[in-house]
Amino acid sequence: MVLGTYKQITLGRSTDKQIQKISQDGGIATALLCFALDEKIIDGAVVAGPSDEMWKPMPTVAMTSDDIMAAAGTKYTLSPNNWMLKQAVRQYGLEKVGIVTIPCQTMGIRKMQSYPFGVRFMADKIALDIGICCTENFPFESLRTFISAKAGVDFDLVEKMDIGKGKFWVHTQDDVISFPIKETHGYEQNGCKVCLDLVSELSDISTGSIGAPDDWSAVQVRTDIGETVFKKAVDAGAIELKPIDEGKFGLEMLTRLAKSKKEKAMKVIDERKAMGLPVPYKASSEKEDPLANV
Amino acid sequence: MIARIKEFLGMEAQPKEVASEQEVEKVAEEKAKPRIGYIHLSGCTGDVMSLSENYDILAPLLTEMVDIVYGQTLADVWEMPEMDVALVEGSVCLQDEHSVKELMEAREKAGLVVALGSCAATGCFTRYSRGGQQANPNHESFVPIADLIKVDAALPGCPPSPEIIAKTVVAVINGDMDYLQPMIDLAGYTEAGGSDLQYKVVNQALCIGCGTCAMACQTRALDMTSGRPELNEDRCVKCGVCYIQCPRSWWPADRINKDLGL
Ligand SMILES: Cc1cc2nc3c(=O)[nH]c(=O)nc-3n(C[C@H](O)[C@H](O)[C@H](O)COP(=O)(O)OP(=O)(O)OC[C@H]3O[C@@H](n4cnc5c(N)ncnc54)[C@H](O)[C@@H]3O)c2cc1C
Ligand code: SF4
Ligand code: SF4
Ligand code: SF4
Repeated sequence: MVLGTYKQITLGRSTDKQIQKISQDGGIATALLCFALDEKIIDGAVVAGPSDEMWKPMPTVAMTSDDIMAAAGTKYTLSPNNWMLKQAVRQYGLEKVGIVTIPCQTMGIRKMQSYPFGVRFMADKIALDIGICCTENFPFESLRTFISAKAGVDFDLVEKMDIGKGKFWVHTQDDVISFPIKETHGYEQNGCKVCLDLVSELSDISTGSIGAPDDWSAVQVRTDIGETVFKKAVDAGAIELKPIDEGKFGLEMLTRLAKSKKEKAMKVIDERKAMGLPVPYKASSEKEDPLANV
Repeated sequence: MIARIKEFLGMEAQPKEVASEQEVEKVAEEKAKPRIGYIHLSGCTGDVMSLSENYDILAPLLTEMVDIVYGQTLADVWEMPEMDVALVEGSVCLQDEHSVKELMEAREKAGLVVALGSCAATGCFTRYSRGGQQANPNHESFVPIADLIKVDAALPGCPPSPEIIAKTVVAVINGDMDYLQPMIDLAGYTEAGGSDLQYKVVNQALCIGCGTCAMACQTRALDMTSGRPELNEDRCVKCGVCYIQCPRSWWPADRINKDLGL
């Protein structure tokens, strides 16, 4: 179960031309949030919105579809989305919050919901958590190094960044530059090295590009809430589906990468334990299933 | 410890999903009601107010499930009786002999002592006291109750949320020891503060910049700068909530899967 528990796995993409244009992959995150907002399933959403600085995201409370769309596209650097939940609930007074989270952020939310020690009246206001896949994340200065030193491009000219097919891709208006993903090693944030979760196993609906052809997304529908919302969005025509390829470039690849992330992290966790360093997770010897997310 | 909680509840651990009304009534009929005492030391009453915000469960809780046998404003008793559980709110002032005596007596007379709220659990903002204030300038040293007595479980929070109090009550009724384990572990977390994030998470190469800590801080002492928590010491009340909520401090995987139905 290296992909966590799910009710459904499929390929999907937004049917909205505008969302298709601005989104990272199939636009599932943006399409689902916009749909949920229209249908009043949520009354606002926390997203990684733009800041004053290009490519440096700022967690933002999006109150309209335009706000949600302004946050489309992956920013490969830290955006502490969970932080903004407080503003969403306390300042904006939202009762039903949607949020996009990478796996570790999903974990912070789920822990808060199960054990809300000091967090009052927040746990029940998370109406929809869209999890996005994540292999690793980078401090902003690492990203700057990739763009200026490795790709040799001016930050302001970059239109899209992407990781896939073993490469880090930098798109400008008239150029596509890439360098091997290997060259990013050593630039990732350290906390990622013990992360066991590629596919946001604890989200309501998770989505990523691995296992999907260009401009489509792989989607796992996980919780009851996720199932209800996803079905509505598909029935309403906001999202179109096609079956995921079981083979080498589909499910097989997703499973392989999820497994290899877990194996790598388990090794680091075991090493840290042997050195007496803290880790919140169990050592492989303490686990029934060494690849479980615990 | 676990045996003691089960024994006090007169039940073996048989975790049930939620405490249904019938179950609650059944427990109330079958078992002698647990005797609860409320010991109010140096705290602001926020913890008991948070408890009382659970309007929906409060009435049956107080009337059918427990006997409040001791507590200022809650029970008209002067002598501390034998109790099954003593809930202690507030830190203890070493110069206040009445508080020290009451706490010691509570430990003697109670089967279980629970630190309710951060003042009792970590000292919280009373940690800043240096004496020299009215009504008694000599009252200087306020410490978490675990500095003086053995504490069986802690519910930190400034105040602990109404939800965590309700969830704990339900877990206790169901004898759900798995859920209560973190509370038992947290009884040992007495020296807390926002700087724990730096020492125990960032310095340990564990921080992933999720922002949960800054979301949880009730005093807005935390900002997120370059994807890491940045502490404004002047605002920090040393409640420990940020570190407790951090997904990289401890990880209750099984409970979360169960709660999500995964
Ligand atoms: C750091 C990082 C690493 C990733 N690594 C992988 C990977 O290895 N494999 C893979 O398949 N997918 C990965 N993804 C996810 C992928 O890049 C897409 O974000 C995902 O497929 C969703 O695409 P979409 O078209 O549905 O999203 P869109 O509709 O384009 O929306 C993207 C959403 O992501 C949010 N977002 C953007 N940047 C961040 C951020 N830094 N932190 C939190 N939220 C953010 C935005 O708020 C927006 O709502 C990664 C994402 C991030 C942020
Ligand atoms: S790899 Fe894991 S810890 Fe690192 S950013 Fe992604 S989800 Fe978070
Ligand atoms: S809660 Fe998140 S951001 Fe805060 S210290 Fe922990 S890992 Fe870092
Ligand atoms: S930073 Fe905030 S949450 Fe953390 S100990 Fe200080 S007051 Fe409490």
